[in-house]
Amino acid sequence: MIEVENLCFTYPNGKDVLFNVNLKVQDGEFVAVMGENGAGKTTLVRHFNGLLKPATGRVLVDGTDTKKSSVASLARNVGLVFQNPDHQLFCETVKDEVAFSLKNFGYPEDIVERRVRGILETLDLTSYIDSSPFMLSGGERKRVALASVLVWNPKHIVLDEPTIGQDYQQKDRLRNFILQLNTQGKTVIVVTHDVEFIAECKPRVVVLSGGRIVGDGPAVDILTDESLVNKASLVRPQIAKLMSSLSDIGLPANVIDLFTARTVLASKLERAETCR
Amino acid sequence: MPIIEMRDLTFTYAGAEKPSILGINIVVEPGEFVVLTGPSGCGKTTVCRCLNGLVPNFYSGEMTGNVKVTDLDVRKTPTMELARHVGFVFQNPENQLFSLSVERDVAFGPENLGLPRDEIRRRVDWALQATGISHLRNMAPYELSGGQQQRAAIASVLAMKPRLIVLDEPTSFLDPKSAQEILDVISQLNRELKLTIFLVEHRLDAVSRHADRVIVMDKGRVVLDGKPSNVYGEQAWLIGIGVPKVTMLFHLLRKDSISLDSIPITVEDATEELRRKLT
Repeated sequence: MIEVENLCFTYPNGKDVLFNVNLKVQDGEFVAVMGENGAGKTTLVRHFNGLLKPATGRVLVDGTDTKKSSVASLARNVGLVFQNPDHQLFCETVKDEVAFSLKNFGYPEDIVERRVRGILETLDLTSYIDSSPFMLSGGERKRVALASVLVWNPKHIVLDEPTIGQDYQQKDRLRNFILQLNTQGKTVIVVTHDVEFIAECKPRVVVLSGGRIVGDGPAVDILTDESLVNKASLVRPQIAKLMSSLSDIGLPANVIDLFTARTVLASKLERAETCR
Repeated sequence: MPIIEMRDLTFTYAGAEKPSILGINIVVEPGEFVVLTGPSGCGKTTVCRCLNGLVPNFYSGEMTGNVKVTDLDVRKTPTMELARHVGFVFQNPENQLFSLSVERDVAFGPENLGLPRDEIRRRVDWALQATGISHLRNMAPYELSGGQQQRAAIASVLAMKPRLIVLDEPTSFLDPKSAQEILDVISQLNRELKLTIFLVEHRLDAVSRHADRVIVMDKGRVVLDGKPSNVYGEQAWLIGIGVPKVTMLFHLLRKDSISLDSIPITVEDATEELRRKLT
Protein backbone atom coordinates (compact mmCIF):
# COMPACT_ATOMS: atom_id res chain seq x y z
CA MET A 1 0.00 0.00 0.00
CA ILE A 2 1.15 3.52 -0.74
CA GLU A 3 0.04 6.15 1.74
CA VAL A 4 0.58 9.86 1.29
CA GLU A 5 -0.15 11.98 4.33
CA ASN A 6 -0.29 15.78 4.29
CA LEU A 7 2.45 15.91 1.71
CA CYS A 8 3.88 19.32 0.81
CA PHE A 9 6.83 19.72 -1.51
CA THR A 10 8.91 22.71 -2.57
CA TYR A 11 11.73 22.52 -5.09
CA PRO A 12 15.10 24.01 -4.05
CA ASN A 13 14.39 27.07 -6.26
CA GLY A 14 11.49 27.90 -3.95
CA LYS A 15 8.72 26.75 -6.24
CA ASP A 16 5.91 25.13 -4.28
CA VAL A 17 4.56 22.15 -6.14
CA LEU A 18 2.44 20.07 -3.80
CA PHE A 19 0.11 21.34 -1.12
CA ASN A 20 -1.18 19.03 1.56
CA VAL A 21 -1.77 15.99 -0.61
CA ASN A 22 -3.49 12.99 0.97
CA LEU A 23 -3.82 9.80 -0.99
CA LYS A 24 -4.06 6.10 -0.29
CA VAL A 25 -3.43 3.51 -2.99
CA GLN A 26 -4.27 -0.07 -2.00
CA ASP A 27 -2.25 -3.06 -3.20
CA GLY A 28 -3.46 -4.19 -6.59
CA GLU A 29 -5.26 -0.95 -7.42
CA PHE A 30 -5.11 0.67 -10.85
CA VAL A 31 -4.95 4.44 -10.50
CA ALA A 32 -4.50 7.19 -13.08
CA VAL A 33 -3.08 10.51 -11.90
CA MET A 34 -4.31 13.19 -14.29
CA GLY A 35 -4.02 16.96 -14.48
CA GLU A 36 -2.56 19.88 -16.42
CA ASN A 37 1.12 20.30 -17.39
CA GLY A 38 2.85 21.42 -14.19
CA ALA A 39 0.09 20.22 -11.85
CA GLY A 40 2.61 18.26 -9.77
CA LYS A 41 1.85 14.76 -11.08
CA THR A 42 5.46 13.76 -11.71
CA THR A 43 6.58 15.36 -8.43
CA LEU A 44 3.96 13.33 -6.57
CA VAL A 45 4.91 9.96 -8.03
CA ARG A 46 8.62 10.57 -7.55
CA HIS A 47 7.88 10.41 -3.86
CA PHE A 48 6.72 6.81 -4.21
CA ASN A 49 10.19 5.36 -4.71
CA GLY A 50 11.92 7.93 -2.55
CA LEU A 51 13.50 9.93 -5.38
CA LEU A 52 11.96 12.93 -3.68
CA LYS A 53 11.38 13.16 0.05
CA PRO A 54 8.51 15.13 1.57
CA ALA A 55 9.21 18.67 2.80
CA THR A 56 6.41 18.17 5.29
CA GLY A 57 4.06 15.23 5.74
CA ARG A 58 5.09 11.68 4.94
CA VAL A 59 4.89 8.92 2.38
CA LEU A 60 4.64 5.28 3.46
CA VAL A 61 5.32 2.42 1.07
CA ASP A 62 4.12 -0.89 2.50
CA GLY A 63 4.39 0.75 5.91
CA THR A 64 7.97 2.03 5.45
CA ASP A 65 8.51 5.78 5.74
CA THR A 66 10.35 6.80 2.55
CA LYS A 67 12.44 9.27 4.56
CA LYS A 68 13.91 6.38 6.50
CA SER A 69 14.73 4.28 3.49
CA SER A 70 16.99 4.52 0.43
CA VAL A 71 15.89 4.68 -3.20
CA ALA A 72 17.84 1.47 -3.79
CA SER A 73 15.77 -0.50 -1.30
CA LEU A 74 12.46 1.17 -2.16
CA ALA A 75 13.03 0.56 -5.87
CA ARG A 76 12.78 -3.20 -5.38
CA ASN A 77 9.12 -2.77 -4.61
CA VAL A 78 8.32 0.36 -6.58
CA GLY A 79 9.33 0.45 -10.22
CA LEU A 80 9.20 3.91 -11.75
CA VAL A 81 9.31 4.40 -15.50
CA PHE A 82 10.27 7.94 -16.40
CA GLN A 83 8.44 10.14 -18.85
CA ASN A 84 11.51 10.78 -20.96
CA PRO A 85 13.24 7.47 -21.76
CA ASP A 86 16.49 9.31 -22.44
CA HIS A 87 16.72 10.10 -18.73
CA GLN A 88 16.75 6.40 -18.05
CA LEU A 89 18.58 4.60 -20.83
CA PHE A 90 22.37 4.40 -20.95
CA CYS A 91 23.53 0.95 -22.11
CA GLU A 92 24.98 -0.05 -25.48
CA THR A 93 22.30 -2.58 -26.35
CA VAL A 94 18.67 -3.12 -25.51
CA LYS A 95 19.59 -6.43 -23.94
CA ASP A 96 22.18 -4.90 -21.57
CA GLU A 97 19.78 -2.12 -20.69
CA VAL A 98 16.99 -4.47 -19.72
CA ALA A 99 19.34 -6.89 -17.93
CA PHE A 100 21.06 -4.15 -15.91
CA SER A 101 18.84 -4.15 -12.83
CA LEU A 102 18.61 -7.94 -12.60
CA LYS A 103 22.39 -8.23 -12.71
CA ASN A 104 22.62 -5.61 -10.00
CA PHE A 105 20.18 -7.56 -7.88
CA GLY A 106 22.53 -10.54 -8.30
CA TYR A 107 20.34 -12.90 -10.29
CA PRO A 108 22.11 -15.83 -12.01
CA GLU A 109 22.88 -15.49 -15.71
CA ASP A 110 20.29 -17.99 -16.98
CA ILE A 111 17.43 -16.34 -15.09
CA VAL A 112 18.50 -12.92 -16.33
CA GLU A 113 18.54 -14.23 -19.89
CA ARG A 114 15.12 -15.85 -19.60
CA ARG A 115 13.45 -12.86 -17.99
CA VAL A 116 14.97 -10.38 -20.43
CA ARG A 117 13.78 -12.40 -23.42
CA GLY A 118 10.33 -12.80 -21.87
CA ILE A 119 9.77 -9.10 -21.28
CA LEU A 120 11.15 -8.10 -24.70
CA GLU A 121 8.75 -10.54 -26.32
CA THR A 122 5.82 -9.12 -24.36
CA LEU A 123 6.66 -5.56 -25.35
CA ASP A 124 7.30 -6.40 -29.00
CA LEU A 125 11.01 -5.57 -28.77
CA THR A 126 12.64 -8.91 -29.52
CA SER A 127 13.92 -7.85 -32.92
CA TYR A 128 15.84 -4.98 -31.30
CA ILE A 129 17.61 -7.09 -28.68
CA ASP A 130 21.10 -6.24 -29.98
CA SER A 131 20.29 -2.69 -31.18
CA SER A 132 21.46 0.42 -29.40
CA PRO A 133 18.52 1.99 -27.53
CA PHE A 134 19.53 5.33 -29.05
CA MET A 135 18.97 4.09 -32.60
CA LEU A 136 15.32 3.30 -31.87
CA SER A 137 12.32 5.56 -32.42
CA GLY A 138 10.90 7.57 -29.51
CA GLY A 139 8.04 5.13 -29.03
CA GLU A 140 10.37 2.14 -29.05
CA ARG A 141 12.77 3.75 -26.55
CA LYS A 142 9.81 4.25 -24.25
CA ARG A 143 9.04 0.57 -24.38
CA VAL A 144 12.68 -0.30 -23.64
CA ALA A 145 12.51 1.92 -20.54
CA LEU A 146 9.32 0.14 -19.52
CA ALA A 147 10.90 -3.29 -20.09
CA SER A 148 13.95 -2.39 -18.02
CA VAL A 149 11.74 -1.73 -14.99
CA LEU A 150 9.13 -4.47 -15.43
CA VAL A 151 11.83 -7.08 -15.79
CA TRP A 152 12.59 -7.10 -12.05
CA ASN A 153 8.94 -7.64 -11.28
CA PRO A 154 8.29 -4.85 -8.75
CA LYS A 155 5.11 -5.03 -6.71
CA HIS A 156 4.05 -1.45 -7.46
CA ILE A 157 4.56 0.01 -10.91
CA VAL A 158 4.49 3.71 -11.65
CA LEU A 159 4.38 4.78 -15.30
CA ASP A 160 4.93 8.45 -16.06
CA GLU A 161 3.19 9.32 -19.34
CA PRO A 162 3.49 5.88 -20.93
CA THR A 163 1.41 6.72 -24.02
CA ILE A 164 3.48 9.64 -25.32
CA GLY A 165 4.79 8.85 -28.80
CA GLN A 166 2.92 5.54 -28.95
CA ASP A 167 0.65 4.87 -31.89
CA TYR A 168 -2.81 3.48 -31.59
CA GLN A 169 -1.78 -0.18 -31.80
CA GLN A 170 0.97 0.22 -29.23
CA LYS A 171 -1.46 1.95 -26.90
CA ASP A 172 -3.88 -0.93 -27.29
CA ARG A 173 -1.11 -3.34 -26.44
CA LEU A 174 -0.02 -1.20 -23.51
CA ARG A 175 -3.57 -1.11 -22.19
CA ASN A 176 -3.90 -4.88 -22.32
CA PHE A 177 -0.52 -5.23 -20.70
CA ILE A 178 -1.40 -2.87 -17.84
CA LEU A 179 -4.67 -4.68 -17.25
CA GLN A 180 -2.77 -7.97 -17.23
CA LEU A 181 -0.28 -6.65 -14.64
CA ASN A 182 -3.19 -5.45 -12.62
CA THR A 183 -4.93 -8.83 -12.66
CA GLN A 184 -1.66 -10.35 -11.44
CA GLY A 185 -2.18 -8.25 -8.35
CA LYS A 186 0.30 -5.48 -9.13
CA THR A 187 -0.47 -1.93 -8.17
CA VAL A 188 -0.37 0.18 -11.31
CA ILE A 189 -0.17 3.96 -11.12
CA VAL A 190 -0.22 5.81 -14.43
CA VAL A 191 0.50 9.50 -14.79
CA THR A 192 -1.14 10.74 -17.96
CA HIS A 193 -3.27 13.34 -19.66
CA ASP A 194 -4.33 10.95 -22.38
CA VAL A 195 -8.07 10.99 -21.69
CA GLU A 196 -8.95 8.68 -24.58
CA PHE A 197 -6.55 6.06 -23.22
CA ILE A 198 -8.01 6.31 -19.72
CA ALA A 199 -11.58 6.22 -21.07
CA GLU A 200 -10.91 2.74 -22.42
CA CYS A 201 -9.09 1.45 -19.28
CA LYS A 202 -11.48 2.94 -16.72
CA PRO A 203 -9.23 2.97 -13.62
CA ARG A 204 -9.70 5.05 -10.47
CA VAL A 205 -8.78 8.61 -11.44
CA VAL A 206 -7.07 11.09 -9.14
CA VAL A 207 -7.10 14.63 -10.53
CA LEU A 208 -4.29 16.95 -9.52
CA SER A 209 -4.48 20.66 -10.30
CA GLY A 210 -2.13 23.36 -9.06
CA GLY A 211 -0.53 20.90 -6.64
CA ARG A 212 -3.77 19.88 -4.97
CA ILE A 213 -6.02 16.87 -5.37
CA VAL A 214 -9.26 18.24 -6.79
CA GLY A 215 -10.98 15.01 -7.75
CA ASP A 216 -10.79 11.30 -6.93
CA GLY A 217 -13.16 8.59 -8.13
CA PRO A 218 -14.06 6.11 -10.86
CA ALA A 219 -13.04 7.20 -14.39
CA VAL A 220 -16.66 7.32 -15.48
CA ASP A 221 -17.54 9.89 -12.82
CA ILE A 222 -14.43 12.01 -13.22
CA LEU A 223 -14.20 12.15 -17.01
CA THR A 224 -17.86 13.11 -17.44
CA ASP A 225 -17.56 15.99 -14.95
CA GLU A 226 -17.13 18.89 -17.33
CA SER A 227 -16.16 21.57 -14.82
CA LEU A 228 -13.62 19.32 -13.08
CA VAL A 229 -12.12 18.26 -16.39
CA ASN A 230 -11.80 21.89 -17.50
CA LYS A 231 -10.25 22.92 -14.23
CA ALA A 232 -7.43 20.42 -14.77
CA SER A 233 -6.91 21.41 -18.44
CA LEU A 234 -8.20 18.06 -19.60
CA VAL A 235 -10.94 17.50 -22.13
CA ARG A 236 -13.76 15.00 -21.90
CA PRO A 237 -13.33 11.89 -24.06
CA GLN A 238 -15.12 12.09 -27.42
CA ILE A 239 -17.60 9.40 -26.43
CA ALA A 240 -18.46 11.27 -23.20
CA LYS A 241 -19.09 14.48 -25.17
CA LEU A 242 -21.24 12.65 -27.68
CA MET A 243 -23.34 10.81 -25.12
CA SER A 244 -23.88 13.81 -22.87
CA SER A 245 -24.97 15.98 -25.77
CA LEU A 246 -27.62 13.37 -26.53
CA SER A 247 -28.76 12.91 -22.93
CA ASP A 248 -31.81 15.13 -23.59
CA ILE A 249 -33.20 12.42 -25.87
CA GLY A 250 -32.77 9.71 -23.28
CA LEU A 251 -29.21 8.45 -23.73
CA PRO A 252 -27.14 7.72 -20.62
CA ALA A 253 -24.61 10.52 -20.01
CA ASN A 254 -22.20 8.37 -18.00
CA VAL A 255 -20.59 6.50 -20.89
CA ILE A 256 -16.92 7.10 -21.77
CA ASP A 257 -15.80 4.03 -23.71
CA LEU A 258 -16.39 2.81 -27.22
CA PHE A 259 -17.69 -0.64 -26.32
CA THR A 260 -20.46 0.59 -24.01
CA ALA A 261 -21.44 3.37 -26.42
CA ARG A 262 -21.70 0.86 -29.26
CA THR A 263 -23.93 -1.47 -27.23
CA VAL A 264 -26.21 1.30 -25.98
CA LEU A 265 -26.54 3.02 -29.35
CA ALA A 266 -26.99 -0.17 -31.36
CA SER A 267 -30.04 -1.15 -29.35
CA LYS A 268 -31.50 2.38 -29.41
CA LEU A 269 -30.97 2.77 -33.14
CA GLU A 270 -32.43 -0.66 -33.90
CA ARG A 271 -35.54 0.21 -31.94
CA ALA A 272 -35.84 3.57 -33.69
CA GLU A 273 -35.54 1.82 -37.07
CA THR A 274 -38.28 -0.72 -36.34
CA CYS A 275 -40.62 2.06 -35.15
CA ARG A 276 -40.30 3.82 -38.49
CA MET B 1 3.43 25.26 -58.34
CA PRO B 2 3.41 22.69 -55.53
CA ILE B 3 5.17 23.66 -52.30
CA ILE B 4 6.22 20.07 -51.57
CA GLU B 5 6.98 17.64 -54.34
CA MET B 6 8.24 14.15 -53.54
CA ARG B 7 8.55 11.82 -56.52
CA ASP B 8 9.34 8.13 -56.13
CA LEU B 9 11.40 8.97 -53.11
CA THR B 10 13.26 6.09 -51.46
CA PHE B 11 15.78 6.47 -48.67
CA THR B 12 17.90 3.95 -46.80
CA TYR B 13 19.86 5.16 -43.77
CA ALA B 14 23.56 4.35 -43.86
CA GLY B 15 24.02 0.96 -42.25
CA ALA B 16 20.32 0.03 -42.38
CA GLU B 17 19.31 -3.13 -44.17
CA LYS B 18 16.14 -1.88 -45.78
CA PRO B 19 14.75 1.49 -46.84
CA SER B 20 12.90 3.60 -44.27
CA ILE B 21 10.74 5.14 -46.97
CA LEU B 22 9.90 3.50 -50.24
CA GLY B 23 8.61 5.07 -53.45
CA ILE B 24 6.97 8.03 -51.72
CA ASN B 25 4.88 10.37 -53.86
CA ILE B 26 3.55 13.35 -51.95
CA VAL B 27 2.52 16.60 -53.59
CA VAL B 28 1.29 19.47 -51.41
CA GLU B 29 -0.13 22.69 -52.85
CA PRO B 30 0.42 26.09 -51.17
CA GLY B 31 -2.06 26.79 -48.37
CA GLU B 32 -2.97 23.17 -47.68
CA PHE B 33 -3.24 21.76 -44.15
CA VAL B 34 -1.91 18.23 -44.41
CA VAL B 35 -1.73 15.68 -41.61
CA LEU B 36 0.71 12.78 -41.89
CA THR B 37 0.05 9.80 -39.67
CA GLY B 38 0.84 6.12 -39.34
CA PRO B 39 2.13 3.54 -36.85
CA SER B 40 5.42 4.25 -35.09
CA GLY B 41 8.39 3.32 -37.24
CA CYS B 42 6.43 3.80 -40.49
CA GLY B 43 8.78 6.47 -41.84
CA LYS B 44 6.96 9.69 -40.87
CA THR B 45 9.97 11.32 -39.27
CA THR B 46 12.17 10.39 -42.24
CA VAL B 47 9.70 12.11 -44.58
CA CYS B 48 9.89 15.24 -42.39
CA ARG B 49 13.69 15.12 -42.39
CA CYS B 50 13.64 15.10 -46.19
CA LEU B 51 11.69 18.35 -46.16
CA ASN B 52 14.49 20.40 -44.60
CA GLY B 53 17.35 18.42 -46.05
CA LEU B 54 18.43 16.80 -42.76
CA VAL B 55 18.03 13.69 -44.90
CA PRO B 56 20.38 13.18 -46.74
CA ASN B 57 22.63 16.16 -45.80
CA PHE B 58 22.94 15.36 -42.09
CA TYR B 59 21.65 11.79 -41.82
CA SER B 60 23.53 10.11 -44.64
CA GLY B 61 22.29 7.21 -46.69
CA GLU B 62 21.16 6.28 -50.12
CA MET B 63 18.45 8.37 -51.74
CA THR B 64 16.69 7.85 -55.04
CA GLY B 65 13.86 9.90 -56.52
CA ASN B 66 13.30 13.61 -56.04
CA VAL B 67 12.34 16.03 -53.28
CA LYS B 68 11.59 19.63 -54.00
CA VAL B 69 10.44 22.04 -51.34
CA THR B 70 9.38 25.53 -52.42
CA ASP B 71 10.89 24.52 -55.77
CA LEU B 72 14.33 23.96 -54.22
CA ASP B 73 16.01 20.59 -54.59
CA VAL B 74 16.77 19.70 -50.97
CA ARG B 75 19.82 17.71 -51.99
CA LYS B 76 21.42 20.72 -53.62
CA THR B 77 20.25 23.37 -51.16
CA PRO B 78 22.01 23.90 -47.84
CA THR B 79 19.79 23.40 -44.77
CA MET B 80 20.53 27.00 -43.83
CA GLU B 81 18.93 28.21 -47.06
CA LEU B 82 15.98 25.85 -46.71
CA ALA B 83 15.36 27.17 -43.19
CA ARG B 84 14.25 30.48 -44.71
CA HIS B 85 11.38 28.75 -46.45
CA VAL B 86 10.58 25.79 -44.23
CA GLY B 87 10.01 26.12 -40.50
CA PHE B 88 10.43 23.10 -38.25
CA VAL B 89 8.72 22.44 -34.92
CA PHE B 90 9.63 19.34 -32.96
CA GLN B 91 7.88 17.14 -30.43
CA ASN B 92 9.66 18.50 -27.39
CA PRO B 93 9.96 22.32 -27.32
CA GLU B 94 12.72 22.03 -24.72
CA ASN B 95 14.99 20.78 -27.50
CA GLN B 96 14.33 23.85 -29.59
CA LEU B 97 14.50 26.75 -27.12
CA PHE B 98 17.81 27.75 -25.61
CA SER B 99 17.90 31.48 -24.84
CA LEU B 100 17.25 33.21 -21.57
CA SER B 101 14.15 34.97 -22.86
CA VAL B 102 11.38 34.10 -25.28
CA GLU B 103 12.05 37.30 -27.20
CA ARG B 104 15.68 36.37 -27.80
CA ASP B 105 14.71 32.89 -28.93
CA VAL B 106 12.26 34.32 -31.44
CA ALA B 107 14.81 36.92 -32.63
CA PHE B 108 17.53 34.32 -33.15
CA GLY B 109 16.45 33.19 -36.63
CA PRO B 110 15.98 36.67 -38.15
CA GLU B 111 19.26 37.83 -36.56
CA ASN B 112 21.02 35.00 -38.34
CA LEU B 113 19.53 36.11 -41.61
CA GLY B 114 21.32 39.41 -41.02
CA LEU B 115 18.14 41.45 -41.19
CA PRO B 116 18.07 45.10 -40.09
CA ARG B 117 17.26 45.73 -36.45
CA ASP B 118 13.86 47.30 -37.16
CA GLU B 119 12.79 44.41 -39.30
CA ILE B 120 13.86 41.92 -36.61
CA ARG B 121 11.86 43.81 -34.02
CA ARG B 122 8.80 43.91 -36.29
CA ARG B 123 9.00 40.21 -36.98
CA VAL B 124 9.43 39.29 -33.30
CA ASP B 125 6.42 41.40 -32.32
CA TRP B 126 4.37 39.90 -35.10
CA ALA B 127 5.36 36.28 -34.36
CA LEU B 128 4.68 36.66 -30.64
CA GLN B 129 1.30 38.17 -31.36
CA ALA B 130 0.34 35.52 -33.93
CA THR B 131 1.01 32.80 -31.38
CA GLY B 132 -0.63 34.67 -28.50
CA ILE B 133 2.43 35.00 -26.25
CA SER B 134 3.28 38.72 -26.41
CA HIS B 135 2.91 38.90 -22.63
CA LEU B 136 5.57 36.23 -22.15
CA ARG B 137 8.31 37.90 -24.19
CA ASN B 138 10.61 38.56 -21.24
CA MET B 139 10.14 35.20 -19.56
CA ALA B 140 12.78 32.47 -19.70
CA PRO B 141 11.57 29.48 -21.73
CA TYR B 142 12.17 27.13 -18.79
CA GLU B 143 9.73 29.16 -16.68
CA LEU B 144 6.92 28.48 -19.14
CA SER B 145 4.41 25.65 -19.24
CA GLY B 146 4.75 23.04 -21.98
CA GLY B 147 2.03 24.66 -24.05
CA GLN B 148 3.61 28.10 -23.78
CA GLN B 149 7.00 26.64 -24.71
CA GLN B 150 5.54 25.05 -27.80
CA ARG B 151 3.99 28.39 -28.78
CA ALA B 152 7.40 30.02 -28.34
CA ALA B 153 8.93 27.34 -30.58
CA ILE B 154 6.30 28.05 -33.23
CA ALA B 155 6.88 31.81 -32.88
CA SER B 156 10.63 31.36 -33.34
CA VAL B 157 9.97 29.50 -36.57
CA LEU B 158 7.33 31.95 -37.70
CA ALA B 159 9.72 34.89 -37.36
CA MET B 160 11.65 33.46 -40.31
CA LYS B 161 8.49 34.06 -42.38
CA PRO B 162 8.51 30.59 -43.90
CA ARG B 163 5.93 29.53 -46.48
CA LEU B 164 5.73 26.04 -45.03
CA ILE B 165 5.78 24.83 -41.43
CA VAL B 166 6.53 21.20 -40.69
CA LEU B 167 5.52 20.03 -37.22
CA ASP B 168 6.55 16.61 -35.89
CA GLU B 169 4.04 15.61 -33.19
CA PRO B 170 4.02 19.06 -31.59
CA THR B 171 1.29 18.28 -29.05
CA SER B 172 2.34 14.94 -27.63
CA PHE B 173 3.93 16.41 -24.50
CA LEU B 174 0.99 18.72 -23.82
CA ASP B 175 -2.14 18.34 -21.74
CA PRO B 176 -5.31 18.07 -23.82
CA LYS B 177 -6.33 21.69 -23.40
CA SER B 178 -2.91 23.07 -24.33
CA ALA B 179 -2.79 20.62 -27.24
CA GLN B 180 -6.11 21.91 -28.49
CA GLU B 181 -4.88 25.49 -28.18
CA ILE B 182 -1.71 24.73 -30.14
CA LEU B 183 -3.74 23.08 -32.90
CA ASP B 184 -5.99 26.16 -32.96
CA VAL B 185 -2.93 28.43 -33.32
CA ILE B 186 -1.64 26.26 -36.18
CA SER B 187 -5.02 26.26 -37.86
CA GLN B 188 -5.23 30.04 -37.53
CA LEU B 189 -1.81 30.46 -39.16
CA ASN B 190 -3.06 28.28 -41.98
CA ARG B 191 -6.31 30.19 -42.48
CA GLU B 192 -5.16 33.76 -41.90
CA LEU B 193 -1.61 33.72 -43.25
CA LYS B 194 -2.21 31.02 -45.86
CA LEU B 195 0.78 29.16 -44.47
CA THR B 196 1.11 25.61 -45.67
CA ILE B 197 1.01 23.17 -42.76
CA PHE B 198 2.55 19.70 -42.77
CA LEU B 199 1.72 18.14 -39.42
CA VAL B 200 2.72 14.71 -38.12
CA GLU B 201 0.21 13.57 -35.52
CA HIS B 202 -1.05 10.39 -33.85
CA ARG B 203 -4.00 11.97 -32.11
CA LEU B 204 -6.40 12.44 -34.97
CA ASP B 205 -9.44 13.19 -32.83
CA ALA B 206 -8.29 16.74 -32.16
CA VAL B 207 -6.74 17.55 -35.51
CA SER B 208 -9.26 16.14 -37.99
CA ARG B 209 -11.51 19.18 -38.05
CA HIS B 210 -8.62 21.39 -39.19
CA ALA B 211 -7.10 19.15 -41.84
CA ASP B 212 -7.77 19.41 -45.57
CA ARG B 213 -6.04 16.14 -46.13
CA VAL B 214 -4.72 13.12 -44.24
CA ILE B 215 -1.86 10.99 -45.52
CA VAL B 216 -1.38 7.59 -43.92
CA MET B 217 1.95 5.77 -44.09
CA ASP B 218 2.65 2.16 -43.25
CA LYS B 219 5.95 0.29 -43.51
CA GLY B 220 7.65 3.10 -45.41
CA ARG B 221 4.92 3.62 -47.99
CA VAL B 222 2.01 5.99 -48.43
CA VAL B 223 -1.08 3.80 -48.22
CA LEU B 224 -3.90 6.34 -47.98
CA ASP B 225 -4.20 9.97 -49.01
CA GLY B 226 -7.38 12.03 -49.07
CA LYS B 227 -9.98 13.99 -47.14
CA PRO B 228 -10.20 12.84 -43.49
CA SER B 229 -13.71 11.44 -43.94
CA ASN B 230 -12.55 9.33 -46.89
CA VAL B 231 -9.38 8.12 -45.22
CA TYR B 232 -10.78 6.98 -41.87
CA GLY B 233 -12.15 3.67 -43.11
CA GLU B 234 -11.54 0.06 -42.28
CA GLN B 235 -8.06 0.03 -43.81
CA ALA B 236 -6.84 2.95 -41.70
CA TRP B 237 -8.14 1.19 -38.66
CA LEU B 238 -6.46 -2.10 -39.49
CA ILE B 239 -3.13 -0.36 -39.97
CA GLY B 240 -3.62 0.85 -36.43
CA ILE B 241 -3.86 4.60 -36.73
CA GLY B 242 -5.75 6.61 -34.11
CA VAL B 243 -8.98 7.17 -36.01
CA PRO B 244 -11.25 9.49 -33.95
CA LYS B 245 -13.44 7.57 -31.51
CA VAL B 246 -16.70 8.87 -33.00
CA THR B 247 -15.59 7.71 -36.45
CA MET B 248 -14.79 4.28 -35.06
CA LEU B 249 -18.12 4.20 -33.29
CA PHE B 250 -19.98 4.75 -36.56
CA HIS B 251 -18.00 2.05 -38.31
CA LEU B 252 -18.81 -0.37 -35.50
CA LEU B 253 -22.50 0.51 -35.64
CA ARG B 254 -22.50 -0.15 -39.37
CA LYS B 255 -21.02 -3.56 -38.60
CA ASP B 256 -24.02 -4.09 -36.34
CA SER B 257 -26.10 -3.62 -39.55
CA ILE B 258 -27.34 -0.20 -38.54
CA SER B 259 -27.84 2.11 -41.48
CA LEU B 260 -26.11 5.45 -41.07
CA ASP B 261 -25.95 8.15 -43.70
CA SER B 262 -22.41 9.39 -43.09
CA ILE B 263 -19.19 8.66 -41.27
CA PRO B 264 -18.47 11.67 -39.06
CA ILE B 265 -15.03 12.89 -38.06
CA THR B 266 -16.15 15.27 -35.30
CA VAL B 267 -18.32 14.91 -32.21
CA GLU B 268 -20.64 17.62 -33.55
CA ASP B 269 -21.34 15.80 -36.81
CA ALA B 270 -21.84 12.52 -34.96
CA THR B 271 -24.27 14.13 -32.53
CA GLU B 272 -26.27 15.63 -35.36
CA GLU B 273 -26.66 12.38 -37.25
CA LEU B 274 -27.58 10.34 -34.19
CA ARG B 275 -30.09 12.96 -33.12
CA ARG B 276 -31.73 12.77 -36.53
CA LYS B 277 -31.93 8.98 -36.37
CA LEU B 278 -33.21 8.80 -32.82
CA THR B 279 -35.90 11.46 -32.86
